[in-house]
Amino acid sequence: MSAEDRKLAQREMFQKAIELRSWWLTEMLVTPSPLTEKMTLFWHNHFVSSQQKVRSPQLMYRQNVLLRRHALGNFTMLLHAVARDPAMVIYLDSASNRKGQPNENFAREVMELFTLGEGHYTERDVKDAARAFTGWGVDPDRGEFVFRRLAHDDGVKTVLGRRGNLDGDAVLGILLAQPQTAELIVAKLWREFVAPDPDRGEVRRIAQVFRESGYEIRPALRALLTSDSFYEPGNRAVLIKSPVELVVGTLRQFSFATGEPLPFALGVAVLGQSLFSPPNVKGWPGGESWINSTTLLARKAFLDRLFRVEETRAMMAEGGRLEPPKIAERMAGGRERYLQAMLDVQFDGGKWLSQFDDRPQLLQRVVLASAPVTEPPPGTQGVELIRHLVLDPAYQLK
Amino acid sequence: MDRREFLSAVGAATVTAWAPDVAFAQRASVSYDRLLVLVELKGGNDGLNTVVPYADPGYPGLRPRLAVPRDQVLQLDQQTGFHPALEPLMAPWKNRELAVVQGVGYPGANLSHFRSIDIWDTASSSNEYLTDGWLARVFAAAPAPASFAADAVVVGGAEMGPLRGGVRAIALANPEQFLRQARYAAPAGQARNAALHHILRVEENIAQAAARLNGNRAFATEFPAHPFGNAVRTAAQLIAGEAGIAAVKVALGGFDTHSGQPGRHAQLLKALAEGLAALKNALVELGRWDSTLIMTYSEFGRRPRENLSNGTDHGTASAHFVLGGRVKGGLYGLSPVLSRLDGNGNLPFAVDFRDIYATVLERWWGADSTRALKGRFAPLDVVRA
Repeated sequence: MSAEDRKLAQREMFQKAIELRSWWLTEMLVTPSPLTEKMTLFWHNHFVSSQQKVRSPQLMYRQNVLLRRHALGNFTMLLHAVARDPAMVIYLDSASNRKGQPNENFAREVMELFTLGEGHYTERDVKDAARAFTGWGVDPDRGEFVFRRLAHDDGVKTVLGRRGNLDGDAVLGILLAQPQTAELIVAKLWREFVAPDPDRGEVRRIAQVFRESGYEIRPALRALLTSDSFYEPGNRAVLIKSPVELVVGTLRQFSFATGEPLPFALGVAVLGQSLFSPPNVKGWPGGESWINSTTLLARKAFLDRLFRVEETRAMMAEGGRLEPPKIAERMAGGRERYLQAMLDVQFDGGKWLSQFDDRPQLLQRVVLASAPVTEPPPGTQGVELIRHLVLDPAYQLK
Repeated sequence: MDRREFLSAVGAATVTAWAPDVAFAQRASVSYDRLLVLVELKGGNDGLNTVVPYADPGYPGLRPRLAVPRDQVLQLDQQTGFHPALEPLMAPWKNRELAVVQGVGYPGANLSHFRSIDIWDTASSSNEYLTDGWLARVFAAAPAPASFAADAVVVGGAEMGPLRGGVRAIALANPEQFLRQARYAAPAGQARNAALHHILRVEENIAQAAARLNGNRAFATEFPAHPFGNAVRTAAQLIAGEAGIAAVKVALGGFDTHSGQPGRHAQLLKALAEGLAALKNALVELGRWDSTLIMTYSEFGRRPRENLSNGTDHGTASAHFVLGGRVKGGLYGLSPVLSRLDGNGNLPFAVDFRDIYATVLERWWGADSTRALKGRFAPLDVVRA
């Protein structure tokens, strides 16, 4: 391939990767089942792979399809499927894990991040598990999983005290048999849905439900979302919204009309959540780390702009300038598409507010998970009131 | 509003409940007119191909494909040399302003990126879990003067790293944009829980920094045209501001070279060396070179034996740089002994990373190090009086 061809191919891949993000953001905006999208994102942040390393929007798309198929399904099936998923095989270097020269990346992360958690296995376990996964690869032409028998180490291994000629699936079975695995997943769900510090007793109880159902995800979620802790007033507004929750949540809650989702797909990235490209295999750390001085200002600027779209439109009609983020400039036609999409955003404030005509006290409770930090000045109403509420620090909480 | 007023505004009782470890808060005089610049090499830099033990026969033996050819190494002495991409660092090396510390690590090395950088960021032992960053603990005990724009600035704005916890630290990518948007920060009100407390504190830090930063100094220094060059330029602009800053952190990512290492690593080291050289020039231009200490760090080094993917897996000890106008240049620590690897094929460490932190705290800032580092560590003799 000539340097010119390579450049062209890179451009095309960059373009496709952005389209992929826009595709997912559209799914989030239009889905009749937000929980499916939420859990797909949860698993994307659990079984992390990144386009930055995989360098194939097609394989990243197929992994996303896999995650959404099992999003509310069965964790055992999900784990076994993800371990063979071509994007994952590339991301965690299983593809170069061969007999005699093991690459430990997948073996380590599957224990540390996907199942047991740090401190529940030894370096010896990692080494032997890596041998069990030797031979797992991807056919570069078809982009499909392949098992290369000649590269597989079929010697005796010992993983977590179990000894034998273990293969990769046997190792996954050993990991799933550990109570720690269910607890790790349930604690993570707790931090997503309930509060930052999981209640250990409750986590153990729900993990038990999870395991006894054969790792069905629905019963575990049901137990979590019907727990007393979930409804406890002390656990209201104690979690910080992710960029996706802030952006998609706002657009959906206020019934914004949007054209193509490009500005929002890029917007969540500016706020620190680049879909299909988590920062590392541990995913986005979330919680308080979503908010630092850069991202907090960017969140507020985004919200302010959103609730001034009419003003922006008027400004642009008069020849005013709106600067797309740099990444849009790098796309073919990205600048024009971005600006058009911004013109297509519409918020019908009058209509949205009319649902509160006979119960104005409800508005604040619908917009904020807890009381505002700063009460709106007396007499603030209409879109001005909405703007006050969404710029209040309490709007960052869920 | 200053921090004290802010604390009373959000309610002293509330703050105590959510505030980080301030148990050892004390008044101390720390020389924050001396600047610290941290350079994080994200992903685990391959120390052996950065500072190369080129005369050790074990080196090409363990790395038949990856070893830097002997005739390309930039010699530091009879055993040790730089990767050729580090050429821009040869000038400070020859000026004896660059200390190369070999064998930096810690007991019970952890090979996970996240856990190991956590250990470095919080200066914990490998079996100890701490929440606050080590610099956050330092600033909590001895804050920078109230007239400063902030205790510290993280350029790039992703993670606070060693500054996470309750200090006046801000993150920003672009100073002009930061100042334009700072009007959104209006810190006031009652923190009802830890999440809200965090948000209110960030708003307060923004308001304070924005009141005191300016970011439009023109430099004669040319900054390299890559993201790390831009980060260094931003750092230099912040340092140029009239209100002080005690510490600045910049980062260069991509060092997790499990495959295809040679080209990528060379590119990374070139960006690093060019960026550091430009930073030196900018600091000289500002008259701050003698009052600045720059140090690199990374979660770990890499496995001495190359893997089959033309790369290297996670390892342990690595080499790091300390540079500045007051640094005593030369080689420190211990050259890697490739014939004495541990059971996992990794290098034993010679210098605890907390020895370097202790150097910063005691020899650079004249601060106490035992409380912040939760133990007694031995400073290196790399700073001239």
